[in-house]
Amino acid sequence: MSSIRKNFFADRDIQLILGTLLRVGVIASMSVVLVGGFLYLLSDHAMQIDYRVFNPNKSGLSSIPAIFIGLRELDPKAIIQFGTLLLIFTPVARVVFSIFSFLIERDYLYVLIGSFVLLVILYSLSDKLVG
Amino acid sequence: MSVLLFTFIVLAGAFLAGLVGSLTGLGGGVIIIPLLTLALGVDIHYAIGASIVSVIATSSGSAAAYVKEGITNIRIGMFLEVATTVSAVIGAVITVYLNPGFIAVVFGLILLFSAAMMVIKKVDRSDNDTSGKLAVFLKLNGTYPTENGAKNYAVHRVAGGFVMMFFAGIISGLLGIGSGALKVIAMDNIMRIPFKVSTTTSNFMMGVTAAASAIVYLHRGQIDPGIAMPVTIGVLTGATIGSKILVRTKTDKLKVVFAVVVTFLALQMIYNGLSGKL
Repeated sequence: MSSIRKNFFADRDIQLILGTLLRVGVIASMSVVLVGGFLYLLSDHAMQIDYRVFNPNKSGLSSIPAIFIGLRELDPKAIIQFGTLLLIFTPVARVVFSIFSFLIERDYLYVLIGSFVLLVILYSLSDKLVG
Repeated sequence: MSVLLFTFIVLAGAFLAGLVGSLTGLGGGVIIIPLLTLALGVDIHYAIGASIVSVIATSSGSAAAYVKEGITNIRIGMFLEVATTVSAVIGAVITVYLNPGFIAVVFGLILLFSAAMMVIKKVDRSDNDTSGKLAVFLKLNGTYPTENGAKNYAVHRVAGGFVMMFFAGIISGLLGIGSGALKVIAMDNIMRIPFKVSTTTSNFMMGVTAAASAIVYLHRGQIDPGIAMPVTIGVLTGATIGSKILVRTKTDKLKVVFAVVVTFLALQMIYNGLSGKL
């Protein structure tokens, strides 16, 4: 019984740290999106929107290198997109963290399972899938 | 429509979607997509891209709050993510080859199903019968804290839950939603995981699954900053306020009213999909 309680509290500590980590990730990425959004409205507010037909090449910010190039030029849309990118990587960081905690517990089956999940996400990062 | 007007309309709509979505447990994505497509004439591929980003934001943002209420079973989550990440990527890859009308019809059907699931009373079927071989091998059985000390629970029909999760992931990748209603079927009904564990574990998985398909959407140009920005900020703000109100409000009546609204939206999506207006 006491060992269960102990494990439970250790688990809970990890989850609290994880919860905080996620919240920090969300707050950081949302701040970036807000700054980008503000600048975007400042420069483009009077433009007309055109989202009726999907055009894959319209935003020009559909790869990580493109986002970083735009970021260097302080393009408001690239700043928003960078915030979105930070947000996407927040749960990915959680997977990495979980793999490490399985490694510490020497639970190699779950190190394997976690690594597979991470691999799937990393594979989707290569733009081969989009064609 | 000017960028400024569009941004404010979407911001307000996304705020409401996040608020009501968190009060009823339906999530923001299922409401923001009809709003963007039906009311503002946005192409459904853009709406899906914006919605998936808001799913990640709400899932990650509420994780910290969830830690206080229940306990995530990281092993169940990680194991089922094998199914959901693979299928979410598949869903996200094929969605662009599908006719927008077809996507709208599938979306409407899932919306109808979610509305029904929201009103039906959920039954906790969890027990401690640890006879499932696969659950023992994968160390999925666990404990959660109650007022009378730790309570054990066992996981059932792992293979069935895995298959259902694969389906939930496809839908998530296809439509850019969290597909919470399908995850409830997999975890509560098939695998018989107690609510305290399934809610938080499902939330844990939602962010990871959405991240996998969001990357595919990003590469394809479906995540447009001009739409994703107001959607994400609006839904996240609404959901955060909603989760604070939720603690001291009864939502039974709200759920029924909202189920009617969602049913109406669903029929509208199906009609527009079939008549080729989307």
